Amino acid sequence: MSTQTTPKFNIDTVEHAAETPNVELPWAELGLKRGEFEEIVKLLGRRPTAAELAMYSVMWSEHCSYKSSKVHLRQFGEKLTDEMKKDMMVGIGENAGVTNLGDGWAVTFKVESHNHPSFVEPYQGAATGIGGIVRDIISMGARPVAVMDPLRFGAIDHPDTPRLVHGIVSGIGGYGNSLGLPNIGGEVVFDSVYQANPLVNALAVGVLRHEDLRLANASGVGNRVVLFGARTGGDGIGGASVLASESFDNTKPSKRPAVQVGDPFAEKVLIECCLELFKHSLVEGIQDLGAAGISCATSELASNGDGGMRVELTNVLLRDPTLTPGEILMSESQERMMAVVTPENVAAFEKVMEKWNVEFSWLGEVTDSGRLIITWDGETIVDVDPRTVAHEGPVYNRPFNRPEWLDGVQKDAFRASAAGKDLPSSGEELKAAVLELMASPNMCDKSWVTKQYDSYVGGNTTLASPDDAGVIRVDEETGLGVAISTDANGRYAYLDPYTGAQLALAESYRNVATSGAVPMAVTDCLNFGSPEDPEVMWQFAEAVRGLADACQTLGIPVTGGNVSLYNQTGTTAIHPTPVVGVLGKFDDVARRTPSGWQQNADGQAIYLLGTTRDELDGSEFANLRGHLGGLPPKLDLEAEKTLGAILINASRDGMVDSAHDVSEGGLAAALSEMVLRFGVGARVALGDLCDRDGVDAFTALFSESQARAVVAVPRSEEVRFNDMAAARQFPVVRLGVVDVLATSLEVQGLFELPINELREAHEGTLPKYFG
Amino acid sequence: MSETPLIGDLGGTPGAPLSGARIGVITFPGTLDDRDAARAVKLAGATPIPLWHADSDLGDVDAVVLPGGFSYGDYLRAGAIARFAPLMAKIVDAANSDAKLPVLGICNGFQILTEAHLLPGSMIKNDHLKFICRDQTLRVENNQTAWTNQFDEGQEITVVLKNQDGQYVADEKTLDELEGEGRVAFRYVGWNPNGSRRGIAGITNAAGNVVGLMPHPEHAVEPGFGPLGADGHYSTDGLGFFASVLSRLVEAK
Repeated sequence: MSTQTTPKFNIDTVEHAAETPNVELPWAELGLKRGEFEEIVKLLGRRPTAAELAMYSVMWSEHCSYKSSKVHLRQFGEKLTDEMKKDMMVGIGENAGVTNLGDGWAVTFKVESHNHPSFVEPYQGAATGIGGIVRDIISMGARPVAVMDPLRFGAIDHPDTPRLVHGIVSGIGGYGNSLGLPNIGGEVVFDSVYQANPLVNALAVGVLRHEDLRLANASGVGNRVVLFGARTGGDGIGGASVLASESFDNTKPSKRPAVQVGDPFAEKVLIECCLELFKHSLVEGIQDLGAAGISCATSELASNGDGGMRVELTNVLLRDPTLTPGEILMSESQERMMAVVTPENVAAFEKVMEKWNVEFSWLGEVTDSGRLIITWDGETIVDVDPRTVAHEGPVYNRPFNRPEWLDGVQKDAFRASAAGKDLPSSGEELKAAVLELMASPNMCDKSWVTKQYDSYVGGNTTLASPDDAGVIRVDEETGLGVAISTDANGRYAYLDPYTGAQLALAESYRNVATSGAVPMAVTDCLNFGSPEDPEVMWQFAEAVRGLADACQTLGIPVTGGNVSLYNQTGTTAIHPTPVVGVLGKFDDVARRTPSGWQQNADGQAIYLLGTTRDELDGSEFANLRGHLGGLPPKLDLEAEKTLGAILINASRDGMVDSAHDVSEGGLAAALSEMVLRFGVGARVALGDLCDRDGVDAFTALFSESQARAVVAVPRSEEVRFNDMAAARQFPVVRLGVVDVLATSLEVQGLFELPINELREAHEGTLPKYFG
Repeated sequence: MSETPLIGDLGGTPGAPLSGARIGVITFPGTLDDRDAARAVKLAGATPIPLWHADSDLGDVDAVVLPGGFSYGDYLRAGAIARFAPLMAKIVDAANSDAKLPVLGICNGFQILTEAHLLPGSMIKNDHLKFICRDQTLRVENNQTAWTNQFDEGQEITVVLKNQDGQYVADEKTLDELEGEGRVAFRYVGWNPNGSRRGIAGITNAAGNVVGLMPHPEHAVEPGFGPLGADGHYSTDGLGFFASVLSRLVEAK
């Protein structure tokens, strides 16, 4: 290595640090608290070097260390049962969880947030959110096969919303479409609580053969450490610490330079090149570079492996030769990976890089010293125990308490409020209410968004938005495949975070079962306000406890996910928004059930499964009237399990041709969406339902009672279908029939809603606001 | 096109009458739909032959598909760099030779064919400036080409459309020539999804062996995994493209 060509800084070496204990260091600017800085000094027995400080500051950030959430997240592990572990090949802690699909196949999936960057720089923030989650999937040895995006924006008519919607949607499309990954679903929600704190969550799923599974560890003393992919630049410095781990504050300078810039072509090439490395077993361990860049990759690989690593930092290929060592360690430049390669495989590794024209540089080697040593031109600038950086950071038992305002909110039930007076009851009023609901920002057609995403690439997509779950074929020979859904309801979680988180899981579980798949695993993206606010911390603690309990009851494990805190501006936090993704399995995706009546379904019987109660608190209808209070709908996980089993059996045995879950917007939304899906009409009557459940037509249409689904049953299967529901003692009521010739949704005795009128209302909203 | 026979089954069954037909599918580093194109070739009964952009020969293929994607990232202009790939020179020569190698360019493949001057005109950003992915109906305007001979003239087919830079443009003289010589192969039906001149979705060269189009026939080859046709059923109209070239290859032998 030549010393002449290396730029010389005033290098703060370990030796120099030991000699100059009193140098002032900018720990506060880097996002560290005083106590944390003092802990670093204690760990090292001296002040940290500038490079060490940079490493600790990013790795001990909330975003990377989970320091506020760790004590709660433990429950996901503690509440695991043997049943839940049965198919779990890799759980929380790795880049993404892995679930066994059988036949030698496995699937890996995870959802992550890219909220703060997407507010500051919508296009690049959202784009690199996709890039980051996709690299997590590759790191497991998997081929990414699909992505999904749960999105939450501020009020649809706020002047800043178009900037975010256009930027974020085109960023997701611009990056994801260039990777050849179908975007198969997600959510789009508008609520003023997300003003200035949009939620941009990104989920990716990948598939692998069991033997291709890779983990992020650096084992085998003498193995070489290589950095490959894009060059390291000045983008994204401090992204994890100063951007993702603090609340926004209008009085401070723009954080725009802390957002990374993406190059999807480089990522696409990286995917193919990694898959070729896995195919030929050329890497021992692999880690993507996301938050905290090289700091994270080196310390995590070393900490998970034999415990030591030596790295020469001047070997890193740079886009900007003026970067300081600290900046190089912190940079979050995208499309980079780090791998551990045995000396014998070095030549073969380089050949793959050359084939794909990917730049690489050998940085160092694995040692058993127990130390991560980073040198700059031979001089030691980092000498740390990698575990103290990666895994033994601070853990906070932050104080939390139930908000004082919550009692008042919970007592403010919709029916008793001013907003709950003069509810629609006549046929004309109900028809107008259905149209208003289906045109509302949250219930309207989202194809303005989803049409900007390629849902077909790969040729394995068989259900995608607006179906309840996205369904992807994994094995073309057998039809083996997976279904995925993501759900969250911030309003429910605001009313009761414990139940709200469980309801998100229940809905996601139900969506997967509705498509016909057997739910197997959970990923979550927990979006909350500042953990330094004890009331927010209480919401978080309750949500995690609720989710862990519900996972146990449903028998499916959380295999990975992400926590996003500090989603607040000033003292105003977002609604607690635990986004829950559930993954299910199909033995043969040919059995999947679409969410609307089909053209060949004429005369099929329409049934509603489940019980309808007077549950309008927190509902979309209450939202239309500007009301949020009371308690969320009752959760009944046993009913969800039974309903799921019925839907899965019915799909497998050909007893239903279409099925749609009943959730936000209630039966009114479910029926409307089933009609709109393929433009096929239906005639239904609510009398039997109202008599049985003791509700009026308005409640039957707009209540958001859980554990319900609407299905279409071929005439020849009606007896068998009813017998199955009866055998499981699950309530079922016949609502009417599919009518291919009808051009409307007719609710007998109340109203007839022409499909064209419904479609116009449903599809007009997003174009009206966003062009 | 539901009457289009499924000539072979998945896997290019050895011994099937047409499995000997070798259809090359070229992969650039940023190609995305190469596996889909290979699947379509197999479903039509032929054998897909993977071709790598840096290869120096075409490996004795009977036809070539340039699938969709972003070739080398396309940050400059779609296909502008790909036309200089070593294999492109071979494809241009073979397409212009007496043997008239059948070449199909889909989406990015179409963009590359225009950059390589095998087809006239060019593609610019969609008039609405957004990426668009939708089920798209096309009218077959010319059923005499190597890739369209199994369709009826005027037949309406449904395939997938997905692109950012799909607006076909050319000067008026070129457009008049294309129309006059019957070289408009496909036109958008119902709605022009990207502002293409004269609603043009695809064109052919004068000899009819080179066809380029923005929409994606390779995504409409399997029921359950593609677009919905106008009748509400899954469309497999894309198979017609591959059945056409196989039919042309059989005639030629």
